[in-house]
Amino acid sequence: MFLSIAEWFEAAESRDSSLPVAVLRAEEKETGAGGDQIRERIRETLVVMRTAVDDGLGSSEESPTGLTGGRAKRLAEAGPRLLGADFSAMLSRAIATLEVNARMGLIVAAPTAGAAGVVPAVLFTLEGSRGWSPDELVDGMLVAGGVGGVIAHRASIAGAGGGCQAETGSAAAMAAAAVTYLEGGTPEQVGQAVAFTLQGMLGLICDPVAGLVEIPCAYRNATAGIQATAAAEMALAGLEFPIPADEVIDVMGEVGRKMDVRYRETALGGLAATPAGQEIARRAGMSELVQLQRRGATAGEGSARFGPS
Amino acid sequence: MARLFDILGPTMVGPSSSHTAGACRLGLLAQAILGGTPERARVGLHGSFSMTGEGHGTKRAIVGGLLGFQPDDPRLRNSFAEAGEAGLEYEFDAIDLGEEAHPNSARLEVWLGAEGTRIVGSSIGGGRVRLDRIDGFDVRVTGSLPTLVVLADDVPGTIALITGMLADSGLNLATMRVDRTGRGERALMTIEADHEIPETLVADLGEQDWVHWMRRISAWA
Repeated sequence: MFLSIAEWFEAAESRDSSLPVAVLRAEEKETGAGGDQIRERIRETLVVMRTAVDDGLGSSEESPTGLTGGRAKRLAEAGPRLLGADFSAMLSRAIATLEVNARMGLIVAAPTAGAAGVVPAVLFTLEGSRGWSPDELVDGMLVAGGVGGVIAHRASIAGAGGGCQAETGSAAAMAAAAVTYLEGGTPEQVGQAVAFTLQGMLGLICDPVAGLVEIPCAYRNATAGIQATAAAEMALAGLEFPIPADEVIDVMGEVGRKMDVRYRETALGGLAATPAGQEIARRAGMSELVQLQRRGATAGEGSARFGPS
Repeated sequence: MARLFDILGPTMVGPSSSHTAGACRLGLLAQAILGGTPERARVGLHGSFSMTGEGHGTKRAIVGGLLGFQPDDPRLRNSFAEAGEAGLEYEFDAIDLGEEAHPNSARLEVWLGAEGTRIVGSSIGGGRVRLDRIDGFDVRVTGSLPTLVVLADDVPGTIALITGMLADSGLNLATMRVDRTGRGERALMTIEADHEIPETLVADLGEQDWVHWMRRISAWA
């Protein structure tokens, strides 16, 4: 993987290869695995992603807390109203994966479990209308992986490290880059898509209600898919974001590091610490968490160390 | 540096890469160090593992790991029932490992026949884990690389002998750590290698009379 978007693009250009091939070569070198083997494993990964989306859309089963489950199906059955059919389906697909995740179903953490809905929702929705082949989809995944690798190195892909911008933001940037590449975008446009996505998600906090990967995660995955598609649309139209992708990623890292610990997946701030959020945590049997939330609300920063990631 | 399938993965049973996939991997490491599925396990959960673990299936994931289930094994969901069938008795407690401990930490004590081991480890994010202690020795084990754990007499030259044997086998070391109970007593060595540790090396080491106990742990995909 690469230290920067610029280094990745440089590697592709100098060897006269494409962005996905550069990722493939780097992965071969680091792990000793063959290119075919890596592509096959990506195909298997896509199967798991697709199955999760289908399972989620087809089920009304609720998670143990009842906070999610069946919502994706309800949204899909309601059909498009304000959005076009693609965008509406993208929302329900993203929610579907997070609902499967919440009830201990099989998902692909891409890059994390909490952001697992974005990449599949975007890719599986647009592949239909854009006519990408299965092999092209693998290329798209390689591009997504390249972006995620750079973000993991320069900033963070963990909510505990950088808030939700690091999770759904990273996932959306990965998806936007994949779409832009698959639509024939130049490497520069792929970089633009990353920058356009992240500039719109900077500062997003991670505040899971009751510390569970459900609320707001399921809905943030949905809207992150829309952000990703919007960014790709702008990049493909030739719009240019004047701050390069690497520099936007660095800003995301800086904002994440300076983010109060309450907003980094500790469930001690944001939506998690609202009266309604505390009530949900209490009902879920997390009275100790509620006590900490209440203490945090009066004492400010400090004791907040606990939370999922 | 992250690898491609750290970003496009892991493929896992939800809901949390740290509280479910990572917890499962701590169970897997305990099982691997014990050398089989335990008959009895006592697990202490610290910090966030104890506080928010219930909703994340942390206990089920750890029990599943003890049974040898990988993070993507659907049996994780029913691991309590699977434990009953496998003859694994387990209990969980909330513990406090102190302010310095990672919030997602656990202590696993496991027994199989006359063998028993106690490990302390943490789930450090994205499903990655880190073992900090094995039977009271300081260690550094991540499970992401082929690992060799060797308990040997702390006599002059053992480290040189082991590293010499590793070099002869053509193995490239990624990390190595030695901790000992006291001067002239016993030392625990943990070695992470870039490639699978050869069977012949394990056999050679096993023949040394200053080696008391040894485990080879395969890396997860």
